[in-house]
Order: sequence, then structure tokens, then C-alpha cells
Amino acid sequence: MMNLAVYAELKAREGPTPSKATGISDGHVVTPGVDISHGAILYLDSVSVSFDGFNALNDLSLVVDAGELRCVIGPNGAGKTTMMDVITGKTRPDAGTAYFGQTIDLTRLSEPEIAGIGIGRKFQKPTVFTDHTVFENLELARKADKRVWPTLTAKLDSAAYDRILANLETIHLAPEAKRQAGLLSHGQKQWLEIGMLLMQEPQLLLLDEPVAGMTDDETMRSAELFLSLAGKYTLVVVEHDMDFVAKIADRVTVLHEGHVLAEGSMQQVQRNEQVIEVFLGR
Amino acid sequence: MNGLMRSCVRALGAALLALFAGAAAAALPADVVSALAFGDGDERAQAIGKLVAGGDAAALPLLQALIDGDVQTVGEDRVLIVKGDAATDAVTGAAVSPLPASRDDVVVNNRLRRTLGTAIAAFKLASPDRAVRLAAAKELQNSADEDALPAIVAAAAKEQDAEVKGLLVQTQASIQLASTDRATRLAAVRVLAGSDSGATKTLLAGIVQKKDGKFVESDEEIRAEAQRSLAAVEGRLAKGDIAARVFSGISLGTILLLAALGLAITYGLMGVINMAHGELIMVGAYATYVVQNLFRQHLPGAFDWYLLFAVPVAFAVSGATGVLLERAVIRHLYGRPLETLLATWGLSLILIQAMRTVFGAQNVQVENPAWMSGGVEIMTNVVLPYSRIVIVAFAGGVLLAVSLLLTRTRLGLFVRAVTQNRGMASALGVRTPKVDMMAFGLGSGIAGLAGCALSQIGNVGPDLGQSYIVDSFMVVVLGGVGQLAGTVYAALGLGIANKFLEAWQGAVLAKIAVLVFIIVFIQKRPQGLFALKGRTVEA
Amino acid sequence: MRNMPAMTPTFVPRTGNTGTGALPRLWSPRAWGILGAAAVVLLVVVPVCNLVVPAGSAFHLSDYTVTLVGKIMCYAIVALAMDLIWGYAGILSLGHGLFFALGGYAMGMYLMRSIGRDGVYKSDLPDFMVFLDWKAYPWFWSFTDHFWYAALLVVLVPGVLAFVFGYFAFRSRIKGVYFSIITQALTYAFMLLFFRNDTGFGGNNGFTDFKRILGFPITAPETRVALFMLTAAALIGFLCLGRAIVTSKLGRVLTAIRDAESRVMFSGYDPLGFKLFVWTLSAVICGIAGALYVPQVGIINPSEMSPANSIEIAIWTAVGGRGTLIGPVVGAAVVNLGKSWFTQALPEYWLYVLGLLFILVTLYLPRGIAGLWARKPS
Repeated sequence: MMNLAVYAELKAREGPTPSKATGISDGHVVTPGVDISHGAILYLDSVSVSFDGFNALNDLSLVVDAGELRCVIGPNGAGKTTMMDVITGKTRPDAGTAYFGQTIDLTRLSEPEIAGIGIGRKFQKPTVFTDHTVFENLELARKADKRVWPTLTAKLDSAAYDRILANLETIHLAPEAKRQAGLLSHGQKQWLEIGMLLMQEPQLLLLDEPVAGMTDDETMRSAELFLSLAGKYTLVVVEHDMDFVAKIADRVTVLHEGHVLAEGSMQQVQRNEQVIEVFLGR
Repeated sequence: MNGLMRSCVRALGAALLALFAGAAAAALPADVVSALAFGDGDERAQAIGKLVAGGDAAALPLLQALIDGDVQTVGEDRVLIVKGDAATDAVTGAAVSPLPASRDDVVVNNRLRRTLGTAIAAFKLASPDRAVRLAAAKELQNSADEDALPAIVAAAAKEQDAEVKGLLVQTQASIQLASTDRATRLAAVRVLAGSDSGATKTLLAGIVQKKDGKFVESDEEIRAEAQRSLAAVEGRLAKGDIAARVFSGISLGTILLLAALGLAITYGLMGVINMAHGELIMVGAYATYVVQNLFRQHLPGAFDWYLLFAVPVAFAVSGATGVLLERAVIRHLYGRPLETLLATWGLSLILIQAMRTVFGAQNVQVENPAWMSGGVEIMTNVVLPYSRIVIVAFAGGVLLAVSLLLTRTRLGLFVRAVTQNRGMASALGVRTPKVDMMAFGLGSGIAGLAGCALSQIGNVGPDLGQSYIVDSFMVVVLGGVGQLAGTVYAALGLGIANKFLEAWQGAVLAKIAVLVFIIVFIQKRPQGLFALKGRTVEA
Repeated sequence: MRNMPAMTPTFVPRTGNTGTGALPRLWSPRAWGILGAAAVVLLVVVPVCNLVVPAGSAFHLSDYTVTLVGKIMCYAIVALAMDLIWGYAGILSLGHGLFFALGGYAMGMYLMRSIGRDGVYKSDLPDFMVFLDWKAYPWFWSFTDHFWYAALLVVLVPGVLAFVFGYFAFRSRIKGVYFSIITQALTYAFMLLFFRNDTGFGGNNGFTDFKRILGFPITAPETRVALFMLTAAALIGFLCLGRAIVTSKLGRVLTAIRDAESRVMFSGYDPLGFKLFVWTLSAVICGIAGALYVPQVGIINPSEMSPANSIEIAIWTAVGGRGTLIGPVVGAAVVNLGKSWFTQALPEYWLYVLGLLFILVTLYLPRGIAGLWARKPS
């Protein structure tokens, strides 16, 4: 039933699949915004990052297809968060390239620019605007002209208002709309942050441990939500909860020591000798 | 000896020759003393010459008394040397008591004063004490004219000590530059190349100059030689200048280092911006002041060693003050750096006013011990004061002690552990609040040491700390946080840069330039700024 | 002054602003009432009590009181500007005294030139220039004899300086205490610069002995009251401007930057522009306050740029309650009334009081006086 609300909201916006090619250059199709003409939305090629001699990412290559729900697992220190930092512009790679679609070089853009072109990110530790109400949090995240002057003069029209209300339903926070976000429970903050991401109308959602601290019931509903989002959005989920991963993942990527150790369906990955060795030790 | 003799006051020259030949007269001739006291200018100059010719050591006190204004006459014939209430007869050297009631001062004009000075210096050149001869040679270097030439030449010939001899030879050469003899001038110009005095530079520059379209020195060869010598002297002077500036830069740098070292510890460990740090320096300076007063009152004999006692006291008093502040206020504000900044500013206001209440708003006097006054002269006009040398050494010692403390002791281990990972350290059983307190006390104690050092070279007043707080924060910002090496480089770098800019653009603009530089620097290297470890790292 | 909750937007959960945004919606009706009452008192009652009511009457306000209140209103404007940047955007500036002083100096240049030949030396140049044996005005004094040009400088000089400094500082993502310390160094550097005689702003003594403003004698009661009313109007105007900003979406972005800057960035806002906007605006407001302050107080000198002065501004705001608009106004009034009482009655105790204020407010009253009031109902 909640999925209906999601659908209602999603209907209102353009799907991530480009409707028409507008031009041809260098033999591939160029569309306004992200170019996913080759099916993939995210390319990481031989990315390396080191901090003070510690190799957080070591020749990492990863391709994520548009509309996919990709889960990334790996032990602590495998480089999952650093990978997200590279994609969102927080960390510049020492070597390698990161492309959003065919044409957008992520290593040249700032965090706000990357957010603006359609990559949303949820932090490991839920990060919301604690002094604002839940409603205001969503209002601030909503896709809009986010330069200074338009923001100063911005008015909330009724369509946007309705969309925020719909989103509140999706994330089960409608009763809390007027509450200060700082007063929410941990799980509710996780949901609010996901709701804020959806308000940004991104193409690609990066979710760092989205169900950590959630009750079983909340986790189950999150799984339903993510599954409903897949296809319309591209999701990359980093998660430690293997049951959750098994429930939602199309494909699973295993990171180890900053490198892709294995990739495939959950079953394939679980049978992989190397993966077993890394996760179980010896 | 040479042609110059003609234009000299002959008597003086001859007398000095006699002096160095070892001739000695038994007593001061009464007519000469009389001429000295009652005669006109020329008669007096001649009398001085005769006295020196006599070579009698008894003449030196008379000449000295004359230049000091201690010679008085009684009636038409008696000449007395009067020092306070005691008087001696200038001729016989016998004590005169009681003092005759009516006496006239013998007034010495500037010309005579110069002649006297040269004569006294000439006398002293014969002294067996090297230090006396060196001082006399330096005196002559700045004041000698042709009159003294024969004496200088004679003394130079006899002098064994290389330094004194070098000075004399150069003085001789600078006088000989006025010679009409071309060869003498040429030789003199060549000799002057070895000089390191500013007066020589002026002299040589005068030779190569043009006046009214004509060269002052008509001879081209001498001009060329003078140009070469001038370059050599200027080079040496510039080196001295640079040496002096580097030293004052290092001196300022070590003071900044002392002021910033404690801050680097409190900030590096706790992320606490302690605006009262300058006042902890001030407290250390006042502690030194109190110790000084106690020694002066109760142990005047040991006054020269009061500093040895003041150093630990300043450390303890400032350290204890710091611990008190940490316990009372700062620990409640961990993790709220902006609030800490404001609260510690409040603490600094209270400390300033407290010092005003106790010691008064005026500056107080802290005296150097005798062994710290004076200085080493590394070149002419380049004197390194002992007080600053001691402070440089002291700062080195403090730095060494702190780095040993941090790397070799249990407290240091705890401090580093807490800095790197507070939660983990706590989980491993480190009592982090106690470590915080100790580290804050340590940082504050080092501020006290800085105050003790500062009291030796500057004014001690309630506002002392205010003038160092901006500078010490700049050092910490520039050096990066949590590492002593960065603080050391930043302090010395800022100190030296400040002194060099100061010579170029003046003190205020130098300071502004340094501040601008820091602001620009952190544009280029913000990661240097944010290379923080420990609690201040942002999530 | 009992209706504070209406002016404390961030601490009171609100429904979404549906964005009619018109002037009447800026404040609640009750807040409008109080603001109107304050305007009547400051713009009508005070002038009448000072100028019309005879000196013997119980209702007479002395010139001293008018000047004191006028001065405090200037401080209140500064505190308000500080609150916009610190209370809302979380950026603590320890250099706001600089912008205040720069505005003051810009106005002071005009006032110095208005002295004309009435100075001690009867020269066209200000006395300090005659004293330094200067023959002509330096280039940066050009046109300052025109009031409107000086008024432009009042806005432009602090504004441009803040913009340039802020651009570099925010672009390098300097924040927190680093930013505070750098701003302190900035004002310190300017203080040193203005202390120099050859900078051309009168050295230690700064500007003083003004005679007239726009042709009116500057010490005349009518001129004083006019300046007082102008200041009051500016204060009320800036309160409304501040309210408009903090209730706009931009205001919410500023608070969001304060609370979770990384989330703001990953939501697609570039914090640089927002910080720069409020920082520059805050500096300009300070400059205007300085320009209103100088003719009323009759002197401007480099000590206004001392780090101690700037940090005191922060305490006005903190005492009153940051993150509220009325707080800084109350705080500036309370602290400065206290200061003027203490410095007359018990001068040696003032620094103790001020120091304690810094400590106690940060330890026990983080939301200031306004916070006390806001907490009571709940």
C-alpha cells in the first residue's frame, strides 16, 4: 500500500530512462543530463586512494547499470565508504577515473554539483537538520534551483507541498511532520534521510548502511521500499546485514582491501572460495 | 718616522714614542700641571703632550679626572683632583684635607676632550691587560685623528695580540688616507679592505665620490683600489647585518615557540582554544617577579641565582592555574570549541583584572641577574645579548624536555593515546579526564616558563599576555596541530620572516605582511590546517 | 519586551512556510504590536521627552540618556549582525569590530572634511594632517567631502572586504575556531595598520572634534535626536530584514549549514554562496551601525578594531540569546547598560563582571536570556 504512494510520487516526475536521443557524437548517444546510452550509469575505473600511505582504495573498478540495485559488502576497512566519497566528490582519487553515465567526469565536480546532477547519498551516521522540522528537512532537500538568490525568494507552491506530503507518507513520518528532526528515533532519522534523498529526485542513490539501528519491522519495510525504487532509480547499498542484502540484492559486489574481490548474485558470491576465506578467516 | 709628523702635535707623538721606549719620569712636573689647569687651549694641548711624554702612570688619573670634570683649582697655583669629599694634589698626589673652601672647576671644551680621549687611549695601549688595550683600540677606531697617529703606529708595531693589532692598523690606515703621499694613501686603502666597521665604509665611500663634478680622490688607481676595498667592507658589513637579523629572528622565534608550545599541547590534545593562554604566560612572568622580590629581600647574596628558583615556580604557578581553570570551566565545554573560546576569553579578563588588583596596573620591574646582562660581540656593532642567548638555549631545553616527556614517559604515552583515539584510550582503562587535566596543566606550565623567559627581556604588566595571543595562535595555525615539529618550524620561520620584513618595511607592516601571508598560506594548504588528529576531526 | 517566543523561529517548531511572504506575515500580530510600540517610544516619546519636556520635569530625558541609548542601539544593530552569522549560520566572527570601525571611519572622513577651517590650525586639511605636515589629501580621501559618497563607502568598504576575505576563507572551507582566529588576526592587522600615522587616518587619535553633519551643528540637541531617530529606524528596519531572511528558505539553509554542513552539500546547495551572502550582509550592517555611531559618540579610533572589542560583540549576542532576533538586541542593551553603570560606579570590578559573564553564559545559559524565557512555557 505504501508502494502506491511511491508510485504516485514517481509518476509525477520523469523516469530515469532517457526518452529520446537528441544527438550523436563520437558514435554514441548524448542526452541532456546523464548519458546512460550504454546501459551503465556509473563507471569506476582503476580508482586508487591512499591516506598517509594506507591504501583505502586499490585499483578499484566497478560498473553499475542503470536501474540496478547493487549491494556492496565487505569487512571493515574494505573501502566501502571511501568509494562513496570518491563518487560524491568528497575525496579526490589519486589515480583512476569515475564517470557518471558516459560523459560526466565526477572527479572534476564538487559535492553540490554532483548532488545537482542526480547522485544522492545517505551517510552511515544518519545526518539530518536537527533544528528543523521533518517537513522543513524535506523542503530543503527538494529538487529546486539551489543557488543563493532563488533560495532567498523561493516560495513553496501547492504542487511541491503535496509532493512533500506524499513523501512523508512514503517514509512513514507523516505524523511527525511538525516535529524537530533532532527528536526523532535513530530509525526514523534513517528514514527521513532516505526521504530527503528521494526529494532530490536523483538518478543514483548511494545508501551507506541504511538499515543500521532499525527495528526488524522497519528493516522489512525498508527492503520493500528499496525494491520498489529499483528500476526507476539506480541504488548502491552498502550493508553489513547479510539477511537484508540477500533479500534485496540483484547483484552483490564484495570489496576487500580496497579492491573488488568478487561480483555476482548472492548465491555466486556466497560460494566464492576467496570470499569465504575473507569473511570467515583462515 | 714619516712625513705626517709635520702636521701632528709633535709633543704627543714624541711622548708616546718615549712611553713605548720604556722611559719613565719620577713625578708630574708642576709647571705642566699648572699649564694644563690654567693655560689656554694650545697651552693645555701641549701640556697633555708633555704629560704623556713623561710616561708616568700618575698622569692617567689626572687626565681621566680632567675629562670627568673632577679637576679643580684653588687660588692661582694649586690644582686638585676632587672626587666627592676626598681630594688629592695633582702634582704630588698627596691627600688634601680639609678641602679648601673656594675652588674653581676646570672646564674642558670639546676639542680638548677629544685630545684627552686620544691621550688616555694611548696611555691605555701600553697597558699589560689585553682587555684594556682592546677597549682602547676600539675607542681610537672611532675617535682618533692625526694627532694620535704616531702613538698608534708605535703601539701597532709593538702589539702582539692579533685582534688589537688589526684594529690599530686599520685605524692607522684610515688616518693615513688624508696623507698627501700617494703611496701612503694607496697602502692605507688596501689595509682598510680588512675592516668591518661602518665608519670605514663611510670613509671609503667618501673617497670614490664625486664632488662638484670632480672626484674627491684624483688618483685613479687609488679610486679603483678604494672601490675594491669598499666592496669588501660592504660585504662584511652586510654579512654582519644578516647575522644580527638572523639572530634576532631566532630570538623572536624562540619566544614565539615558548608561547605557542603550551598552546600546541592543549589544542593538539583537547581541541581547546585557550584564549587565556597569554594570561598564563603573564602569570608566569609575575611569579618570576615575586620570586625576584623575595630573593632581594631575604637572600640578597644569592640574587644572581633567583632565576634558577623562578623557573620551577613559574611552571608550578601557571600549571596550577591552568589545572584550576580546566577543572572549573574548560572541562565542561569539551567538544564545544566556540564556547570554550568565549569562556576562556572571560577567564583571561578575570586574570588580567586580578593582576591589576594585586600588583597594580603599572608595569613591574624584573631585573636580569648580573650574569645575563651584557653580551657577546661577534662583529663590530653586532652584539648578541646574553639574556637572549640564554632564552634561546632555554627554549631548546624546554622543547627537548617536552618531546622527551611526550615520547618517553607514561603520561606522554597516555597523552598521545588520548589524542589519537579518545574512546579507545578510555576503553583501555586510561582515565581520560585525568590525562586532560595533566596535559592542560603541562601546557599551562610551559606558558609559565614562557612568562619567566619574557620577564627577562621585556616589560611585565597585566597586558603582557594580550600581545602574544594572536601571534601564538598564528604559530599553531601555521604549524599544524598535534605535532611539535610543525610548531617549531612555524615559530622560527615566523620569527625570522618578521625580523627581515621589519628591516625592510618597518615593524607594523612586517606584522601585517606576516598575517596576510598566513591567510594566503592556508588558502594554498588548507589540508595543513585540517590535518588534525583526535577529537577535533570532523565526521 | 515580553513577547519573545514569537521572535524565536528556530526553537519553536513551525509548520512549513506556505510562502505568502508578504510584509504583514513577517511577524505575528502580537510581535507587530510590540515592534510598533517600540517604534512609537523611540521615534516619538524619546524625542519629545528630550526636546520638548523642560529639563526640570520628571519626564525629561537628559542628553546623556539619549546619547547612551543611541549608542546602545548601534551596538544592538552590531549584535544583530553578529547573530545572523553566528546564531543562524554557526560562524563565529571575532572580527566584526573591524567592519563596525570601517563604517565609522568612512563616516568619520566625511565628518572630518565638514569641519572645514574650524580646526585648531585653521587649515583646509584635518588637524592631524597639518600636524604631520601633509600638503594634500591622500587619494583615498577623494570625494569624501560628499555625504553620499561617504555613505556609499560605509556600505562598500566593509562589504567588499568581507566579500573578498569570506570568499577565500569559505572556499578553503575554513570553519569553526580556525575561522574565528583568522578573523581575529584580520582585525588585529587592521588595528596595527590604523595605529600608524602615515596610514592617513589620524593614527592613535583617530577622528574627533567633529563640528557639523550635512550642515547641522553636530552637538545641537535637534541633530542628536535626529541621529537617535535614524538609529532607531535602522534598528527596527534591520530587525525586519533579519526576520525576512531567517524565515526564508535561505534562512533555513543557513541553519542547516550550521547543523549539518555536509548534508547541505550533498543536498545540492553550495555552502560557499550562502555563507558569503550572510557574511557580507552582516559586515555591511555592522558598517552602517558604525556610521551611525560615530556622529553620536563624536570619536572613532583604532581601538574599535582591537580583538577585545570584537569578542565583546559575541558576548552581547550570547547573553541575549543567539539564534533569536530579539536576543542580541536585549543582550547588547543589558551588557552595555551594565558596563556604563559599572565603569562609573565600580570601574575596577567591570572586567570581573564581564569575564564572569563570558563564563557563566557559555556554561549555564547557552541560549541566553531569550532562551530562559522560551524554556518557561514548555
